[in-house]
Amino acid sequence: MKTALITDLHANREAVEAVLEHARFQAVDQYVLLGDFVGYGADPGWVVDTARALVRQGAVAVMGNHDEAVVRGSSPHMRPDARHVIEWTRAHLSAEQIDWLASLPMTQQRGDHLYVHANAWMPSGWDYVHSRSEAVRSLHATDARYTFCGHMHEPKLYHVSGTGKAGDFTPTPGVPIPLPPHRQWLVIPGSAGQPRDGNPAACYAVFDDAASALTYHRVPYDYETAGNKIRAAELPQRLAARLEEGQ
Amino acid sequence: MDSKLYSRSLGYAGGQGLPAPSPLEPGQVIDRFRLEEKLHVGGMAHIWRVSEVNHAGDSRLPLIMKVPRIKGGEDPATIVGFEVEQMIMPMLAGPHVPKFIAKGDFTRQPYIVMERIEGVSLRARLDEAPLAIDEVIEIGSRVATALHDLHRQHLVHLDVKPSNIMFRPDGTAVLVDFGLSRHDHLPDLLDEEFTLPMGTGPYMSPEQVQFVRNDPRSDLFALGVMLYHFTTGERPFGQPDSVRGLRRRLYMEAVPPRAIRKDCPPWLQEVIFKCLEVKAERRYQTAGQLALDLQDPSQVVLSKRAERLQGSGAIKTFKRWFFALGAEPAAAYAKTTEQLERSPIILAAVDVDNATTPLLERLRETVRRLVLMEPGARLACVSVMKTARIGMDDLVDDAGRSRHVKQLVGLKHWARPISKALNLDEGRLTFHVLEAPDAAAAITEFAQRNQVDHIVMGARGSSVLRRYLGSVSAQVLANSECTVTVVRATPGTEAAPAKPDAP
Repeated sequence: MKTALITDLHANREAVEAVLEHARFQAVDQYVLLGDFVGYGADPGWVVDTARALVRQGAVAVMGNHDEAVVRGSSPHMRPDARHVIEWTRAHLSAEQIDWLASLPMTQQRGDHLYVHANAWMPSGWDYVHSRSEAVRSLHATDARYTFCGHMHEPKLYHVSGTGKAGDFTPTPGVPIPLPPHRQWLVIPGSAGQPRDGNPAACYAVFDDAASALTYHRVPYDYETAGNKIRAAELPQRLAARLEEGQ
Repeated sequence: MDSKLYSRSLGYAGGQGLPAPSPLEPGQVIDRFRLEEKLHVGGMAHIWRVSEVNHAGDSRLPLIMKVPRIKGGEDPATIVGFEVEQMIMPMLAGPHVPKFIAKGDFTRQPYIVMERIEGVSLRARLDEAPLAIDEVIEIGSRVATALHDLHRQHLVHLDVKPSNIMFRPDGTAVLVDFGLSRHDHLPDLLDEEFTLPMGTGPYMSPEQVQFVRNDPRSDLFALGVMLYHFTTGERPFGQPDSVRGLRRRLYMEAVPPRAIRKDCPPWLQEVIFKCLEVKAERRYQTAGQLALDLQDPSQVVLSKRAERLQGSGAIKTFKRWFFALGAEPAAAYAKTTEQLERSPIILAAVDVDNATTPLLERLRETVRRLVLMEPGARLACVSVMKTARIGMDDLVDDAGRSRHVKQLVGLKHWARPISKALNLDEGRLTFHVLEAPDAAAAITEFAQRNQVDHIVMGARGSSVLRRYLGSVSAQVLANSECTVTVVRATPGTEAAPAKPDAP
């Protein structure tokens, strides 16, 4: 079975469309959406509806910190920019769409796969897996062989051996990487809706169970249109610029 | 025997949960492979001859199955090394590796099934060293060619030694055992696992001793050690069994091969010393460049060390030791192929006798720009001297010899502005007059043999000539595996014939 792992979609319709089309071409039979459907981008309603349709057809979805923030509404502790984005997003979602976001679980486990937005040791704390030490912490917190998470927007692969030695790897797009099952692996596909590694192309990954192989993909998309929509919606301008720079 | 330096004392908890595989017996079938006979019992793995059950089709590849020896699951080197090999082998292709067929994972029965390369490894020849000089060169050039191909596939082997080298019946070198290798596109499972340098003591490069695992030039150091051993019958850095012993190669210079073997040609000593440079940036930059020198020794630029008959004195060694203290290897290239891309071999095919002056100038300008872009580039200037297809080889006579020299002079004259402007020295510029009846075939073959990355040549100017003789560049374009640039002179300047004093 081939599973597409898509995360940090961030209300970017153009990116999500491009990724889904690419995934269909890879003959993917399962979708896993690792959270942060909204925030930053100008198409929260479309992205939420698309995710809901996929979930109705059997896709797995978990909650991200932006989804949680939109469900709860802004708080005075937030930076003005962030508060503005959240209020704008709430205003552009129906009650039904917000309810769907509110219903998302923090984690889902399927066999030896764990799906979680940020980390396995405290999913609702939203701490980042920045480096090997956090990757080890996360992998020690679960008995799942494979952890798939988002939150970090750069694609990365961490692994821990039986001796507890951890390694990290920055993947080359399009090359299948075998993930032998007697090690633990933490997979960060990278953000579909707001990549930050200097490459504006949307990120996602495909895991092939039969071969235990993982392929990271980069999908070019029309970030100019996505950026123009952000500008037109009078969301913070730098959110448009960073799509074009991939930063 | 070569001893692998691993930390064997590390407990490997990951192995403990694995079922201890029951001993394998001939006739047993694992997945779709039947074990026929045990061919080899090694320290790390057993090798079985296997056949594919229910195999359809006529072209049966002879197969072997490599099965790791798991001794109670406590040996991290065996397990991780085998894992690495299982990940890497399916990524590799071509004549210089055994063809990968299948693998079985550690949760059941770990194995790798691959093509069987007939014959024995080069290990047997070590006992016969010193070998004839011609044979040393032949081995070196074949292995360098194989390494260049692997490096192009994003792999650094990191355990190049005679026991890991085999030959196909046609002489093609095949590298085996990728248990210590590193592939740019795969996580390096070995990088974090061990606290001791990884490799085989006598062959390990200085940067490997210092934990650098991504420099393809490490393989050239190992090949240099092999060439030294085959030439002299001795190991340049002995057989150290401690990290301290390994570190000696950071400052101890090997005894010159010519001090041990008088008939070692100075150029070969130069080549070996260049491979054994402590700093990777002073070695050959690619295996292809090494193969080029081994195949055309007349082009090797000799330095003082080429002739040396004795080792460095104590003062010099002390200096080297002093500077090696705390010296860290220079930041290595992040990707294996990056190193190769920065050091391409560019072939300029120059028809010195017939091309027009504007074409020769345009060709030179195109080549200059290409070489300028890559400071590690190497330029091979080639011209083809036509010989008759049938009949006397006219090279043996004086007229033939003088034609050859004349072409060489013409080539050097053509390249002079480039070599002066770009300061192309130290073997980065070479000249070759090929003698062949068919220019296109000669250029294509030379490019293939020497791992050329880019051929630059002129289009035959006159359309009349082209009609009668056919286009050499079109044939080269059609038959070469590398990039080919065909240069044309600006229209309208074609008519001017080449003057003897041009450019």
